[in-house]
Amino acid sequence: MKQKLVLIGNGMAGVRTLEELLKVDADKYTITVFGAEPYGNYNRILLSPVLAGEKTVNDIMLNDEQWYADNGITLHKGKKVIDIDRRGRKVFASDGTTAEYDRLILATGSNPFIIPVPGSNLHGVVSFRDIHDVDTMLAASREFKNAVVIGGGLLGLEAANGLMRQGMNVSVVHLPPTLMERQLDTEAGRMLQKSLEDRGMKFLMNADTQAILGTDKVTGVRFKDGSEVAADIVVMAVGIRPNIELAKKAGIYCERGIVVDDTMLTYDPRVYAVGECVQHRGQAYGLVAPLFEQARVCANHLAQLGYSRYLGSVTSTKLKVTGIDLFSAGNFIGDDSTENIIMKDVARGVYKKIVLKNNRIQGAVLYGDTVDGAWYFQLLRDNTDISDIRDHLMFGQSHLGDSGHSGKNAAAAMSDAMEVCGCNGVCKGDIVTAITKKGLFTLEDVRAHTKASSSCGSCTGLVEQILASTLGGDYSAAPAATPLCKCTDFTHDEVQKAIQAQKLISIRQTMDYLEWKTPDGCAKCRPALNYYLIAYWPGEARDDPQSRFINERAHANIQKDGTYSVIPRMWGGVTTPAELRAIADVAEKYQVPTVKVTGGQRIDLLGVKKEQLVSVWADLSKAGFVSGHAYGKALRTVKTCVGSEWCRFGTQDSTGLGIRLEEVTWGSWMPHKFKMAVSGCPRNCAEATIKDFGVVCVDSGYELHVGGNGGVKVRATDLLCKVSTEKQAIEYCCAFIQLYREHAHYLERTAPWIERVGLTYVKQQIVDDAQNRARLYERFLHSQQFVQKDPWAERALGGIEAHEFKPLKQVVQDQIV
Amino acid sequence: MLTKISRNMEWIEVGTIADIPRLGARVVNTDEGDIAVFRTAADEIFAVRDRCPHKGGPLSQGIVHDRSVTCPLHNWVLGLDDGVAKAPDEGCVKTYPVKIEADTIFLMI
Repeated sequence: MKQKLVLIGNGMAGVRTLEELLKVDADKYTITVFGAEPYGNYNRILLSPVLAGEKTVNDIMLNDEQWYADNGITLHKGKKVIDIDRRGRKVFASDGTTAEYDRLILATGSNPFIIPVPGSNLHGVVSFRDIHDVDTMLAASREFKNAVVIGGGLLGLEAANGLMRQGMNVSVVHLPPTLMERQLDTEAGRMLQKSLEDRGMKFLMNADTQAILGTDKVTGVRFKDGSEVAADIVVMAVGIRPNIELAKKAGIYCERGIVVDDTMLTYDPRVYAVGECVQHRGQAYGLVAPLFEQARVCANHLAQLGYSRYLGSVTSTKLKVTGIDLFSAGNFIGDDSTENIIMKDVARGVYKKIVLKNNRIQGAVLYGDTVDGAWYFQLLRDNTDISDIRDHLMFGQSHLGDSGHSGKNAAAAMSDAMEVCGCNGVCKGDIVTAITKKGLFTLEDVRAHTKASSSCGSCTGLVEQILASTLGGDYSAAPAATPLCKCTDFTHDEVQKAIQAQKLISIRQTMDYLEWKTPDGCAKCRPALNYYLIAYWPGEARDDPQSRFINERAHANIQKDGTYSVIPRMWGGVTTPAELRAIADVAEKYQVPTVKVTGGQRIDLLGVKKEQLVSVWADLSKAGFVSGHAYGKALRTVKTCVGSEWCRFGTQDSTGLGIRLEEVTWGSWMPHKFKMAVSGCPRNCAEATIKDFGVVCVDSGYELHVGGNGGVKVRATDLLCKVSTEKQAIEYCCAFIQLYREHAHYLERTAPWIERVGLTYVKQQIVDDAQNRARLYERFLHSQQFVQKDPWAERALGGIEAHEFKPLKQVVQDQIV
Repeated sequence: MLTKISRNMEWIEVGTIADIPRLGARVVNTDEGDIAVFRTAADEIFAVRDRCPHKGGPLSQGIVHDRSVTCPLHNWVLGLDDGVAKAPDEGCVKTYPVKIEADTIFLMI
């Protein structure tokens, strides 16, 4: 027999809780919903664009009535619940409708705060909370000329902007001296005011409202100093208060809001509360991101899973006034114990301030260029030590430039037709449409629906910015701890730790121990788990071919037409006439359509059919070739220059060192692809400073560089240290690889990994601690003994995995005419 | 091995369950294009056209999980039982009836 669940409040937090609940357990409850408004659930945060005429009410519906019907939910719309009988477990609506419950969710939201001045109840005084308010304002804008908005905060400015867009003459009345004083510092507040003034908005700052004038309808506003301003409509947008009236009447403990614990339970164990009506750990939230986190936790407990907790949220703010980019988060004002880094360029309309304490970000205000807001916010929530990047922190994550979107980093200035994601050809307009039409809130949602930023990821900042400016103040940033994939709530770090600490040696064991939510994972988690297992337990964990991407399973690189590319290893980029002849023979024998020299100093045979791979490899093996692992998250190439053997500038044998490095490290599986290079002198012809590990030879020894990248996002390496012998260079290289293998997340290149953990940490582990370096080196060599077997020879000559390369059957149908 | 059949649809024997690795797939070549035959963790067998509705990727080369496969080219996820792409992607791939008799797999083609 199903239990009865009643939701009071048909808004975003409450309905989101139901959606989360239906996801984890669709059959547990018979659900009834009461909503005071005569609509389904709509996206309240998009009321501003509706007011501004950019969207219609239909555009912002999240759950229409069909949704309730499809999910067997009884919806009582336009019915306000006026009482709860907690002993009899029953709720009563104003029209006499009643409903019994086993569990109850209160999601009564908040009420606008109406300042108690004479005239505040006059006709023409409205708040800005729901569709009804918007309709009232739109009607007024058609009929009248003058609008006064009381409150220069987020909500007030959005209302003012909307009314101005509707052709009204708008004055914003604000008591403090600068706008949005809770979200912006004085400097950014002034820049915002200036830019809104340029658009025609008027401001009355330091203005203390004394009375609203008029007899039955508003005519104006009078201030304490005696001045007056004419008004046909007055919008009160000074703030909101949790709506706790019903909870209080029912005797549920409330302070400022309905008090809940970390499971969203009120003092009555049958009654949960979520959303703006809630007070959690002394804090009430008015933004969407925290409400959605609460919804997830509440659903988890309603489904009696019982493991999720809400720990509070750090919030960030964005203003959704078209054309204005603005971001703030954390403690951006600062105090005696903090320091500021400030950048101000009035002509360009850019202002940035980062507040630091002990080299950790406490808060940030960005005005004009907010592309790095999400990055700063991440650093803030992760409490990352920024001392290594302090000198360029202000210039953002992409100060070296990203490829694929013309280096654009201000979304507001982009037109709808401009391309954001160069990989998948997604334009700004596509993203905005998807966000509004499909009700998307997170970066993950946008990726899933539009594919923007889902391939190389270089436009992630831009997509987040578009998301934020479309959703405005209620933008839901990714949670601080991102689960590995949808199959689990655990993060990469947690999974890695469990595999190490519990000595888990198979995917099944790991999934069972960590209570995976899907029967056998997905294409995202299985390869990650497989990698972690073989990296932590070499020789003990079995490599699972079915959890490898096709490239690693077939030991060749799949191409767009389903054929494969074959790249044999050329140690240090050095070859011989005999090797070249062997490659030429293979290319002719198998009629390879394209032969190409790669960027990593090797030769690529493109367009090989899968059935041909085994014989191609057999021929290459006979000529002495092994796999180049050009298809794997593995050691790829070691690029070299000719060095002291030939070059008149060469200081060391760079070619020889490159070959020796490749001989030690080939075959090793990594979190992501790994490229190396050795240059014979600081002219650096082998481009060692954009590799994962690069050596630049100098007269006195070898400079070791780490964490470079020449792809999506160019990143020059950091100098790890300088050593004097080749033997040391090899030991440091292996130790670095092992540190990366053990600590980076799967699919994380060395560049973002080093930015995440800090160069200081890497130096401590490898340069400062000789014993630790020796242990890393040893562990690397230990794991290498299991993988330095040529996978091509094993398949071509040893016959393993034979089924991979043969069709199951060929069926020929008779063509009888 | 080549098998000749007439143009009418009929049950064709293609191999045994043991020929396909668990959570893996094999390909059956036909005149009308390749068919991918999948084996799930629970040893269920499904057959679909070996062409992702998105950009024609060979589904047989993807990672199999539960009753679905992730295309190796752009990570679309397709249901093996109904051939339908998982939301938010939209599209579907042709499925073929499968019957198992004493561990031998037959496809209706």
